[in-house]
Amino acid sequence: MFKQTNWDEPLIFSLGRKGRRGHVLPKVEEEISRTIGDVSMLVPENMQRKSQPGLPELSEVEVVRHFTRLSEMNYGIDSGLYPLGSCTMKYNPRINELLANLPGISMAHPYQDEGDVQGILEILSRLERWLAEITGTYEVCLQPAAGAHGEFLGTLLMRAYHKLNGENEKRTEIIVPDSAHGTNPASAVMAGFNVVVIPSDKDGCVSVEALEAAVSESTAGLMLTNPNTLGIFEENIEEIANIVHEAGGLLYYDGANLNPILGKARPGDMGFDIVHMNIHKTFGTPHGGGGPGAGPVGVSKKLAKFLPVPRIVFDGESFHFDYDMPHSIGKIRGFYGNSAVLLKAYAYILSLGFEGLKEVAEVSVLNANYLAEKLKEIKGLTLPYGKEKPRKHECVISAKPLKRETGISALNIAKRLLDYGLHAPTTYFPLIVDEALMIEPTETFEKEELDRFIEAVRRICKEAYTNPEAVLKAPHNTTISRLDEMKVSHPKTMTLSWRMYLQKNNQNL
Amino acid sequence: MSKHSHPYIPNSPPEIKQEMMLEIGIKNMEELYRDVPEKYRLKRPLNLPEALSELEIKKHVEASLSKNNVSSDMLVFLGAGCWPHYVPAVVKEIAQRSELFTSYTPYQPEISQGMLQALFEYQSMICELTGMEVANCSLYDWASALGEAARMASRLTRRNEILIPKIIHPERLATLQVYAEPAGISIKQVAYNMETGQISLEDLRNKISDRTAAVYIENPSFLGFIETQVDEISREAHTHGAISITGVDPTSLGILKPPGNYGADIVIGEAQPLGNSMNFGGPLLGIFACRNDLRLIRQMPGRIIGMTTTMDGSRQGFCMALQTREQHIRREKATSNICTNEALCAVASAVYMALLGPEGLRELGETIMYNANYAVHLLSKISGVKAPVFKSAHFKEFTVNFNETGLSVKEVHQKLLKRRIQGGKDISKEFPELGETALYCVTEIHSKEEIERLTTSLEEILAGKR
Ligand SMILES: Cc1ncc(COP(=O)(O)O)c(C=O)c1O
Repeated sequence: MFKQTNWDEPLIFSLGRKGRRGHVLPKVEEEISRTIGDVSMLVPENMQRKSQPGLPELSEVEVVRHFTRLSEMNYGIDSGLYPLGSCTMKYNPRINELLANLPGISMAHPYQDEGDVQGILEILSRLERWLAEITGTYEVCLQPAAGAHGEFLGTLLMRAYHKLNGENEKRTEIIVPDSAHGTNPASAVMAGFNVVVIPSDKDGCVSVEALEAAVSESTAGLMLTNPNTLGIFEENIEEIANIVHEAGGLLYYDGANLNPILGKARPGDMGFDIVHMNIHKTFGTPHGGGGPGAGPVGVSKKLAKFLPVPRIVFDGESFHFDYDMPHSIGKIRGFYGNSAVLLKAYAYILSLGFEGLKEVAEVSVLNANYLAEKLKEIKGLTLPYGKEKPRKHECVISAKPLKRETGISALNIAKRLLDYGLHAPTTYFPLIVDEALMIEPTETFEKEELDRFIEAVRRICKEAYTNPEAVLKAPHNTTISRLDEMKVSHPKTMTLSWRMYLQKNNQNL
Repeated sequence: MSKHSHPYIPNSPPEIKQEMMLEIGIKNMEELYRDVPEKYRLKRPLNLPEALSELEIKKHVEASLSKNNVSSDMLVFLGAGCWPHYVPAVVKEIAQRSELFTSYTPYQPEISQGMLQALFEYQSMICELTGMEVANCSLYDWASALGEAARMASRLTRRNEILIPKIIHPERLATLQVYAEPAGISIKQVAYNMETGQISLEDLRNKISDRTAAVYIENPSFLGFIETQVDEISREAHTHGAISITGVDPTSLGILKPPGNYGADIVIGEAQPLGNSMNFGGPLLGIFACRNDLRLIRQMPGRIIGMTTTMDGSRQGFCMALQTREQHIRREKATSNICTNEALCAVASAVYMALLGPEGLRELGETIMYNANYAVHLLSKISGVKAPVFKSAHFKEFTVNFNETGLSVKEVHQKLLKRRIQGGKDISKEFPELGETALYCVTEIHSKEEIERLTTSLEEILAGKR
């Protein structure tokens, strides 16, 4: 059985010995120090650092060993199935990593002359075109650093649009379905809107009646993901788009779920005015344990003039940055975007082409439906909502019956799955499913690995009826057993840094 | 699709698909899309290039990138928010450990202890550098961190004015405006002393009031000089019940007084120079740290990793803390919408800081300061050149003014490029009051010979003109 590495590795602050060094800088040259004099004379007395930062002192050897051990205590896509729903944990092609480390990009400074960065500008400009083509939008801005950052930009674009129409005072509301990801309402609020939540219908889709009741003169727009967070395609999208547009609102597409419709259907064609993409999901760039990603935003023609500066333009001969955009919302970050990440997406699209992207979509959907069909047969589990509907990229299984009958919850199943050397699905999201297990296999795992997952879930559910203790106490085979996630946020025990740790421990002495 | 199955899609061989379709009772793939209205089915191929093999992709991208004029024989004196520093081999190596870079945000802490511990160590080291007690595990960059800090200060004080220096990175200012405006926060810029560049305390005192949510300063400033009236500025903020925010370039903190020692409540900044390449300006690594004060901590944006124990209390471990601040729990009431951040860059920075240690960081600061000031020393000897514009101590960046040379920054820049030198950033548009001025950056990567190559080149260029 799976057994995760456990090094019991101390915090780096308790490693090393005084006097060790992990990296040596080039020596300041004689003549420089002679000319400039003592450096302490350069820093004004009151601005000098009087005591050294409390960093550990380690040799290069120890640093490498420490972080190698830490990495061995971490599970990644390369370790096995990582079916986190909504996160599109697909394989990260190695060639893309290699390319992103080439000096032509890694050493490029953002303020070099345009003439000296034509190569990367060409790549970024083409990527903009391709992403616009894939999403059916008119123009794409590559600047947002992540999906949520794209949402922030998107809602700012709504604001700018309504403002230009003299309607920003009255259009104060953004509608989101109750199945939406948390970033949607959070982004809307950041852009200064109030959030109106509408319930889903019995199929888990946007309730057209509820939407009709919710729209008004105050509606700035609707944020939607399609397929939605249940993995179900919003069939009424035409009606939804019409309702929102007729009310004078804009339609926002949360592209976290773009994977299953690549080359099959396009948000722009469905009437979406603004579309963000999660490059680190759909286009195979690594999640890096939380980032960096990239969250480009595509828009319809009428919104293009509001995009952040600068825009990359081509004058027939070479690429330039255009800052002359009087309607631009301005800037949402420094420079032009996460270029090194975007370069990987460029290589990813080159590797697949249109046919390949369509294949990505179809196989991701086949895999998700395969899991849905098999899992819903397991005693204790159900597949709520849209019984007759095929899933797209993901399926959301409910462990409500199991919980009722055995006390074993979705969380317990998740923890027990770790014992099999499988990552757990997303749990307790979307909020409209009780005991939710949100499962997205992606196209990059083979049938055998999916079968291994199904078998593991089957065994766990069986165990719930026969030997619930083993499930309740899971995980057993991970680096560490079940952690106390309450303690970490309790004011008495909260320890958020080595400093706080030292302060707490001295108090206890 | 061509005959072969794609290397990234293991289930694409027709037999496997057949097998799976049979098991779920469908006859063809289209059945899985039967709920997509006919009207929206894409009926034409997307206009994308033909799929390429790995080797072809490599050749193609390499060919494109070779059009960039970027190479090790090109001297770069550009900084301004994205700085050229050496990235030790170990840093790249660790950041490429696939268990780390192919993982997601550690939602399942028991199987993700490696990433969690590395991020906890990053947070802790940022605290050591800045003199704060709490740091999150990253925001997108310095500019967005400033936007978040302004909003946090406004929430904390229920006030809606923020005071910032007149001398600030224009892109950072533009980002702040975009983050602040929807929250109803107005921005006021505090004038500077024309001779020293230092913030005018007089103007600060005129502008600060009981409407002020925060006073923000940068150290070193955008134009590279060290702001010295830091204690007074913080005190002024606190006297008026405002939050004191400092923005830092962390490479200075081996030798400069940490903001925690001069009353900063929140410290933000850019950690790209700690172990991350420039990458044409992204990804970057936004620092966000604050004092150990629950009121502050509860309003922080972004992910924070904390130390905890196993349920039975027998072992120490790590998991995400205070998630009730975040969008996935608190939704529209969250402190920020941030979800994906720059975690892997934070790990790279942790490795970098661990490699350097306290001595290395001091040496880094000193080397940078020596080299930069050596460049200033040589440049200011060139007739007509004024470096720096302000009479203050400078760390790694400094202004160079060409007013008296008869050449514009742009002209000088073009001539330098011909000699394979990237001169400093032209700031004559952003700071017209400084005339023909560029912002130069010198770091530990520049050798004495390289600095001298810059100054002799400038000498020759200017001599040729006059
Ligand atoms: C449906 C949905 N929307 C938005 C986001 C936010 O994207 P990001 O994490 O890139 O900011 C996510 C990802 O977690 C998501 O699953």
